[in-house]
Amino acid sequence: MMETKTLEQLLAESDFFRDLDPAYRQMLAGCGRNVVFKPGEYMFQEGEPAHEFHLIRKGKVALQIKVPGRGPVTLQTVQDGDVVGWAWLVPPHKRQYDARALELTRAVAFDGLCIRSKCEQDPKLGYEFFKRFALVMAARLSAMRLQLLDLYANP
Amino acid sequence: MQIRSGSSQNIAMPAPADPMLAQPWCVCRIVRETDDTFTLELKPQNRSGQMNFKPGQFNMLYVFGVGEIPISISGDPTQPRILLHTTREVGAVTRAMRQLKPGDVIGVRGPFGTAWPVDESEGADILIVAGGIGLAPLRPALYRILSRRDLYGRVVLLYGARTPADMLYRRELEGWRARFDLEVYATVDRAMSGWRGNVGVVTTLIPRAPFDPSSAVAFVCGPEVMMRFTVDELLKRGVQPHAIYLSLERNMKCGIGLCGHCQLGPLFVCKDGPVLRYDKLADWLQKWEA
Repeated sequence: MMETKTLEQLLAESDFFRDLDPAYRQMLAGCGRNVVFKPGEYMFQEGEPAHEFHLIRKGKVALQIKVPGRGPVTLQTVQDGDVVGWAWLVPPHKRQYDARALELTRAVAFDGLCIRSKCEQDPKLGYEFFKRFALVMAARLSAMRLQLLDLYANP
Repeated sequence: MQIRSGSSQNIAMPAPADPMLAQPWCVCRIVRETDDTFTLELKPQNRSGQMNFKPGQFNMLYVFGVGEIPISISGDPTQPRILLHTTREVGAVTRAMRQLKPGDVIGVRGPFGTAWPVDESEGADILIVAGGIGLAPLRPALYRILSRRDLYGRVVLLYGARTPADMLYRRELEGWRARFDLEVYATVDRAMSGWRGNVGVVTTLIPRAPFDPSSAVAFVCGPEVMMRFTVDELLKRGVQPHAIYLSLERNMKCGIGLCGHCQLGPLFVCKDGPVLRYDKLADWLQKWEA
């Protein structure tokens, strides 16, 4: 028989939330829901209000920007265990790029409005979130810098 | 990580009888790999000629009347009568090399330098991290490992290229990917919508690559900045500094540590390298003027 995991169990197993206080994890599970994206389906698109972020359980998602004359350019791909979307945390809470599933992708979508209001009420929780998302942003920024260097180009 | 004794030093190979004397090798064919890279396939001009080399070593290739440059050997070490060199068309010598035709003769000196510690790493997980044309000097190591596959733990190849069209050895990569005893993960820095693979720098593959850091030996080759960041990720993952090997590229001229063109601090890359253990050159990697 297939084992069904609760959201709380999924969070406890994820690198992103593993060391979070279990009470917070329980609370977060209440702000999350399971979602599925078919290949080619958008998780979200540039310019949309950013009310959610996603934890990818299984699958691959391309972060893209549409460039006139070139179509969608993929900046990065993210996959199992990665978190997608930080605009829900930072004003003006608007999507900066598209996120599009490259393959069947299962994720947990978290209600950013709900979590933001909880973070406002509980600074410790807010700090935990900013610590985690700062790491995600720092890693993406560092990777983007290397990409900008165009290291493999003909010198 | 278990590396057999003697591995604390890189493996120095005996120099040829007269290391300054180029031997004539014939061009069999030239294979275009990507827009700006090609592989030169050479065979010895005389019947008994051959070159025994170890994975990671390089040769000095001389296009007569144009010049001589160092190029790593990218072929199979078990086939000493076929020399493969993959290079990028980037200067006068490589441009002239690209114009060579089957039957033309080229001068070869070598093999020079140190090798990947392939045999010394038996029993360990092997992580190969290649960036761009850095896959070329690593291919002989992979051939050697795959020919004795049961002697190693997990073998993982992480490969980063500029775009999908810039990936070397595409057909071979697909073959490696299809094997059950080799894990291959590729990523590109740039891609348009048709690409279904990973996009991002090669370092992003390291955190989830399936290997045991405590028993892993890493072979890394690519642009120096890429290698620096790769080392950071490997150390973060728990790979020991003495289990990380890098292949450096410098302006090698004589190939035997006499002329000093390739000096990096206390090292001559042609003789003490090109394959060097990370903990021995860590201080020098951060110095841009070195």
